[in-house]
Amino acid sequence: MKPFTYSRATSAQEAAKMAASTQGARFIAGGTNLLDLMKLQIETPTHLIDVNPLKLDQIEKTTDGGLRIGALVRNTDLAADKVVRRDYGVLSRALLSGASGQLRNKATTAGNLLQRTRCPYFYDTRMPCNKRKPGSGCGALQGMSRNLAILGVSDACIAQHPSDMAVAMRLLDATVDTVGADGAVRSIPIADFHLLPGDTPHVEAALKAGEIITSVTLPKPIGGTHVYRKVRDRSSYAFALVSVAAVFGKNGGSRFAFGGIGAKPWRTVDADAAAGSGAKAVAEAALAGARTTHHNDFKKKLVEQTLTSLYRQKEARA
Amino acid sequence: MKFDTPAGLNPIDKGRVVGKAHDRIDGAAKVTGTAPYAYERHDAAPNAAYGWMVGSGVARGRIAAMDLRAAEAAPGVLGIVTHANAGKLGKGNMNTAPLLGGPQIDHYDQAVALVIADTFENARDAAKLVRIDYTSEGGKFDLAAEQANAVKPPEGGFGGSPDTAVGDFDGAFAKAAVKVDQNYSTPDHSHAMLEPHASTAAWNGDKLTLWTSNQMIAWTVGDVAKTLGIPKANVRLVSPYIGGGFGAKLFLRADALLAALGARQVGRPVKVALARHQIPNNTTHRPATIQRIRIGADKDGVIDAIGHEVWSGDLPGGGPETAAQQTRLLYRGANRMTAHRLATLNLPEGNAMRAPGEAVGLLALEVAMDELAEACGVDPVELRIRNDVQYDPEAGTQRPFSSRKLVECMRAGAERFGWNKRQEKPGQVRDGRWMVGMGVASAFRNNLVGKSGARIGVDAKGQVIVETDMTDIGTGSYTIIAQTAAEMMGVPLEAVTVRLGDSRFPVSAGSGGQWGANSSTAGVYAAAMALRAKLAEKAGYSVDQAEFEEGLIRHENKSQTLAALAGREGIWAEDSIEFGDLDKRYAQATFGAHFCEVGVDMDTAEVRIRRMGGAFAAGRILNPKSARSQVIGAMTMGAGSALMETLDVDTRFGFFVNHDMAEYLVPVHADIPEQDVLFIEELDDKSSPMKAKGVGELGICGAGAAVANAIYNATGIRIRDYPLTIDKLLKARAA
Amino acid sequence: MIPVELTVNGREAHLQFDPRTSLLDALREHLHLTGTKKGCDHGQCGACTVIVEGRRINSCLTLAVMHDGEAITTIEGLGTPDKLHPMQRAFITHDGYQCGYCTPGQICSAVAVLEEIEAGIPSHVTDDLDKVALTDAELRERMSGNICRCAAYPNIIAAMNDVAGGAKA
Repeated sequence: MKPFTYSRATSAQEAAKMAASTQGARFIAGGTNLLDLMKLQIETPTHLIDVNPLKLDQIEKTTDGGLRIGALVRNTDLAADKVVRRDYGVLSRALLSGASGQLRNKATTAGNLLQRTRCPYFYDTRMPCNKRKPGSGCGALQGMSRNLAILGVSDACIAQHPSDMAVAMRLLDATVDTVGADGAVRSIPIADFHLLPGDTPHVEAALKAGEIITSVTLPKPIGGTHVYRKVRDRSSYAFALVSVAAVFGKNGGSRFAFGGIGAKPWRTVDADAAAGSGAKAVAEAALAGARTTHHNDFKKKLVEQTLTSLYRQKEARA
Repeated sequence: MKFDTPAGLNPIDKGRVVGKAHDRIDGAAKVTGTAPYAYERHDAAPNAAYGWMVGSGVARGRIAAMDLRAAEAAPGVLGIVTHANAGKLGKGNMNTAPLLGGPQIDHYDQAVALVIADTFENARDAAKLVRIDYTSEGGKFDLAAEQANAVKPPEGGFGGSPDTAVGDFDGAFAKAAVKVDQNYSTPDHSHAMLEPHASTAAWNGDKLTLWTSNQMIAWTVGDVAKTLGIPKANVRLVSPYIGGGFGAKLFLRADALLAALGARQVGRPVKVALARHQIPNNTTHRPATIQRIRIGADKDGVIDAIGHEVWSGDLPGGGPETAAQQTRLLYRGANRMTAHRLATLNLPEGNAMRAPGEAVGLLALEVAMDELAEACGVDPVELRIRNDVQYDPEAGTQRPFSSRKLVECMRAGAERFGWNKRQEKPGQVRDGRWMVGMGVASAFRNNLVGKSGARIGVDAKGQVIVETDMTDIGTGSYTIIAQTAAEMMGVPLEAVTVRLGDSRFPVSAGSGGQWGANSSTAGVYAAAMALRAKLAEKAGYSVDQAEFEEGLIRHENKSQTLAALAGREGIWAEDSIEFGDLDKRYAQATFGAHFCEVGVDMDTAEVRIRRMGGAFAAGRILNPKSARSQVIGAMTMGAGSALMETLDVDTRFGFFVNHDMAEYLVPVHADIPEQDVLFIEELDDKSSPMKAKGVGELGICGAGAAVANAIYNATGIRIRDYPLTIDKLLKARAA
Repeated sequence: MIPVELTVNGREAHLQFDPRTSLLDALREHLHLTGTKKGCDHGQCGACTVIVEGRRINSCLTLAVMHDGEAITTIEGLGTPDKLHPMQRAFITHDGYQCGYCTPGQICSAVAVLEEIEAGIPSHVTDDLDKVALTDAELRERMSGNICRCAAYPNIIAAMNDVAGGAKA
């Protein structure tokens, strides 16, 4: 952990201003990912702005029937929120499948969106990694890539996005609300929030310098059956090999988003459109353009099988 | 005390304390966080500075240049140890590669420097400023690729001769009515104990004290002395609490050596804990294996020919994973062969992990037996019973087992588990989306014994005190030693104080190879017999006729209290148990039967263990409570080896890629539901005066194979390449 | 150095911390409360679990300076050898440990988990998100952030059931 200075934020805009004007500044909220990375000097901020005093921890209904979730709402609280449980079950389920109780008690909504990859070459600072050290190459492409992404990847990077929560947010068409250093507020559709690696895998989110997430807004609830299925190598406390967030609508309209397979939370129009044709068709549509290694090729089959399982359960309930 | 004839009736047979379930006497210290571990000795070594190890960034090569200037100039830095300033270092008897590398580098994350600073944060961050240029020399990292180049390792290592052969294996196998001939592979495993390797070192003149986390005090005293080139008498090791070892802490490792070197350099105590992500590549691991098993049997499954070949790799000078060991002793068959071959690999150092040999040997053998059962159409439990043998099948009837209750374990375990509900044909049972199956495997682990000493005293309050350098790595040593002393001296358990893990105490067998419990309590038995004699003499009674009970020594209608006899000075005695050749004349081993029921998701191939159970025979069970915990813990480690544990090798860079606990997965609570353990009553009078045997490793032996066999029974899919993960199951199902 | 006021196990402490100091190292190295263990220092094992403002967290992945004015309960605050907390007593009775290194974290988690269930907070294995029950499956899932390599898992669940007055042992 490189030495850094520390201050506590007083307002979101002040924090954004300070972050934009201070070289090497970063926000810290839950800290569960940032401190992990700082200890290894994968992240090396020179100044930390503790945003916890901002009290962005409210969950409130929006005027158009949606839900605004404060950036600092802890994963535990979001999953346990009565409205979320009732109207956005897929989000509760996704959150609860992630990490551990201790981590969920600390991790925040905004922090989870910005969670960085678990690629082991990203984590070992002696290995090449374009995400950690642009231009150093990708250790994973020809290395151990079993857990890594097969969609949205590039020659520069095949890191997977590790979040469960973000997959549900993607499914629910959330928007990410921010305040910039200049005081400008904007709402970024989650589809545009996470960036694909391309030639710049170190740039992961569509945030400007200093821009701070204040809340995440969900549109009004979509009915139907909410499910989140996470397939992993042990029963709990592990990252996804494949996860599927789904809402099966009453009138046949369904939607799907995927974790563990994408450079970002993955969702396609074609996969949703294929809902009526069953698991295989959805999988085929979702996996269009997949690029695999011999280690992670199985994820294609696993996506199909996970969808098959969800369809089977849906039919059993019907 | 020499133990060279089978034990007769002795004071342990009273079974007043020994053999009864007791809460651990170290329990209150552990559950309140007051038990001091090696890195926590603010009491003994206040003001310790902090050391952070720097590990090599290449697997094999040389350090071309080291630039320490930035690190030395960093805030709080007190000193930096490297090969250039550490002085001449020897290499411990138990180490394969030097613990401080440079200029030659032998493996990835081999220690190349220790940065010492006033605070933990300063040490960790200054370590990042050490600049090292390496000349990488590449290396051999792929066991499969090196299999053909593997050679017969030298005689005389742990586990006996590399090769054995009896009868005409090739001929008998060729004409067998039913044959199994399969290859299996197991990956490298990491011990992943919860407490990292950690040590605090302090010098007083030329005398070194190391508070360290170590299973084998005397071995390590010797290797500290040898490595530093100082007399053993100048080295003191203190290791009262050890946060798990499983073989990882059998030896002197870099934490202890670097702490000692660092403390010498900066002239104040230094403490070093390896960072979690350094452990898999810096320390030892269980080596990967490739195994071929051939079994030839008649149509009823009776084995006539059995062969087990094992390939593993290690650094130059290292040893093989002796995974064919159990195959020499477990089943009948007149024609037999085993062979171990060792390849040179430049991966980190391979060495012992819980049940070295058997843990992975049985992952192969017991699946092969399942395959034989199917090929013969014989129930897998019955198959194992048919192939039981009451003598060492390589040596013949002149070397019987001291005691062997495999058949009893199989029968009792099967009944308790409800084995009769198993469907013989795979893939028949459904529970919702789960395909359900059951598997069985034999458990086998050698019973090793080793010389073990203790001293025991009684004070003026009648308190009995035991001191031995034996360690408690979670095994329950404190409690079984207290039970032994209480039984021998006729006092309640609460009247016994046990002090362990200090090199000032008599040398014990230490903790490893499941030899610790039996050997160390036998050592306490020996010392207690000497103390009984002293007390009887002082009381003026004949020791042979004196009874020790209720804090008294009794003879006919006279009695005296131990407290009064001890007086202000106390009375002490010291002795060791030394084992004769009973383990040569008799094959000695522990046995069991593992059962497992799994569910496999019909779509995703996720595997969930539904329940595990087993029956085990391991001589006298000294404390059924802690012994059960040892067994269920080992069963869980076995389940991990079946389902998830693998150190993934990057064969380009030559290191274990998934070198932390987020990526090297071990079972969590949710993976392990019900576990049932039945101990079969057994006293082994040829093992020790305790009539006990080891039990700490038996539980892992075969547990993973029972899981694998259950998966086969559930699905009809047989995977022979561990761990049995979703990707492999899906691929096999598609094929 | 940054001034921080912490209430640890009911006692107020006014301290100065390097901003880099984790709450875990603050407890272990500065306050000498070594009952809280460092197993991985990266949130991968749970040995460092403490209860902060009523919630269990990994003390390794938070900075001491982020807890100014907060109340922290460590294993030492739950009970002492002479005055054991019921959960500590139950761990002894059910042999819910072996080497003891993950144990303080397991116990802090266990105490908090029972409160979480009481509060109706759902988990990954909760079937109906609005109906949280005390079952073995719930306990196992919720305790999965505390790894025990000695694997005293079933014994820990038995200890928790004992304290909760659970139906099953």
